[in-house]
Amino acid sequence: MSRLAAKFEELSKSGRKALIPFLTAGDPHPDFTVPMMHAMVEVGVDIIELGVPFSDPMADGPVIQKASERALAHKMSLRKVLNAVAEFRRKDDQTPVVLMGYLNPIEAMGYEDFANAAQRVEIDGVLTVDLPPEEADFCVSLLKERGIDPIFLLAPNSNEERIRKMDAAGSGYIYYVSLKGVTGAGHLNTADVEERLKLIRANTQLPIGIGFGVKDAETAKTVAHLGDGVVVGSALISKIEANLDNPEQACSEIVDLLKAMRAAMDE
Amino acid sequence: MTQHYNLPDERGHFGPYGGKFVAETLMGPIQELEEAYLRYMQDPEFLTELDADLQHYVGRPSPLYHAERWSRHLGGAQLYLKREDLNHTGAHKVNNTIGQALLAKRMGKTRIIAETGAGQHGVATATVAARLGLECVVYMGAVDVARQSLNVYRMKLLGAKVVAVESGSKTLKDALNEALRDWVTNVDNTFYIIGTVAGPHPYPAMVRDFQTVIGREAKEQCLTMTGRLPDALVACVGGGSNAIGLFYPFIDDASVKMYGVEAAGDGVETGRHSAPLCAGRPGVLHGNRTYLIEDDDGEIIETHSISAGLDYPGVGPEHAWLKDSGRAEYVNITDDEALKGFHDLTEMEGIIPALESSHAIAYTTKLAPTMPKDSIIIINLSGRGDKDIMTLAQREGIEL
Repeated sequence: MSRLAAKFEELSKSGRKALIPFLTAGDPHPDFTVPMMHAMVEVGVDIIELGVPFSDPMADGPVIQKASERALAHKMSLRKVLNAVAEFRRKDDQTPVVLMGYLNPIEAMGYEDFANAAQRVEIDGVLTVDLPPEEADFCVSLLKERGIDPIFLLAPNSNEERIRKMDAAGSGYIYYVSLKGVTGAGHLNTADVEERLKLIRANTQLPIGIGFGVKDAETAKTVAHLGDGVVVGSALISKIEANLDNPEQACSEIVDLLKAMRAAMDE
Repeated sequence: MTQHYNLPDERGHFGPYGGKFVAETLMGPIQELEEAYLRYMQDPEFLTELDADLQHYVGRPSPLYHAERWSRHLGGAQLYLKREDLNHTGAHKVNNTIGQALLAKRMGKTRIIAETGAGQHGVATATVAARLGLECVVYMGAVDVARQSLNVYRMKLLGAKVVAVESGSKTLKDALNEALRDWVTNVDNTFYIIGTVAGPHPYPAMVRDFQTVIGREAKEQCLTMTGRLPDALVACVGGGSNAIGLFYPFIDDASVKMYGVEAAGDGVETGRHSAPLCAGRPGVLHGNRTYLIEDDDGEIIETHSISAGLDYPGVGPEHAWLKDSGRAEYVNITDDEALKGFHDLTEMEGIIPALESSHAIAYTTKLAPTMPKDSIIIINLSGRGDKDIMTLAQREGIEL
């Protein structure tokens, strides 16, 4: 059983939901990333989604776009993200780490090289925003052969056929994008999400992480009731953006927000 | 090469290129678009309306003009210009925007978005949106907004909202990113008119199909005027829509050579260029796999060309396939060479070409002298140069 599957099983047994923070690797500086990941684990997060910066982040809103630009300004790259995970693993061989990004850096590195390196540093899952299952056969088998979960997105306009496609191609969990739009946008419509989740559950047994629109402890709690995990990204990155001259402050604000979310989700 | 060229396949692939590399939210909309496109391209009523618009609104067919003086001057092949510069709005772009806007209307979409580099596609989109009474938002890199202020004003006059994109390199690729973000957010009422043969399937095939009117006319005109097929075709390639529009109807005619001319900027060897087919490698960007200008880590590199319309790090996936298969040859022309081509045609034929098209003109000045006097080259004069006068004057140190 993969570390992700085991994690969701453990959570399910204790009646808890996964708290899944997203962090763009290398933002605001490459030295920030690994200590921040450890600090997140201390607060009690369950899985870390580590963003691989890309020059053209088409599905991201302004907050994560700027995070990518800051990371790239420090020459962050897919290889360096893999190195960061290796460094993280020296102290933590428990917390599942999922890489989230776009296809081109993987294509440039070479699919096989990437899959081997990801296995070596014990990456647990790979979520590639612009790689739908239709184009993913090759990549999915390379990852699965190495015990890495390919994670796919579902959107509010995904029909049943597509849900079944994700169910067949993906493993670990499914990331449900709760609204039409880019990361960091808009407000969550709880009733809509609830309705969609029924359709999704009817077509897959995989755990569902819900992201987009999770801003604070209250929305985290609401979303936790709907799915199996809560993904929070832009709300955390905003803390980095607000404290560019003071990364320690950014770290402590992120920790505080995650603490509040954890507490609200466990109530 | 198969005997009858029939790409893309049903999944939108040209060999290893093309495809649908988009976020999940866009899979539904591009599926919906593909269905509408396949249906209406077979619908006699739609095609009749499209033809009528091309004739009465765009002014087609555009002439095929024998540039005798320029031919004599170069002393080789006979040169025929396909005059897309004479279209309404001044370039080939409108062939595609007319088609996509009619589709949008059929699909019940009330809002049009587009990306633009030089502003030609933005103007062509704003034009058809005005005519059909559709809301129109055009995304344009902040750098391009500054260097193409005339087209920005034209779009505004036509009722479009122009959004200056401040992210990334603030040029065409970033405008495309922003348009995709808008589309993801407003998929229900919005139709995204992509201006070139890039993007996810069905765009590369659909934009090509709307642009093939160029090649169909050129073939018929050439046969009528000379009694035979041309020996070579020359067209500039940024995204590659004018080139594929000319090439496509000739792909099965093995005797017709095809030359796509990329922008070498300061020279391919300087790294400051926009020539992915000549100097890039395959990757995935903006929904398709194609040749890209990128660094070793797969990050897209800023491009350079004097011509804003060629200033793009990718290229249509069908061109990637035509290159690999050897059916078309891709060459490049520097800024300086393009400027010389611009002046040559202006002085010798009284035709002021767009800087984009000037790349094709410049390559022709190299190619024509190597060919016999009874051979024929068709050059796609994809746009007129009025929009470039300020750029040119500035470059040549002239104050207007």
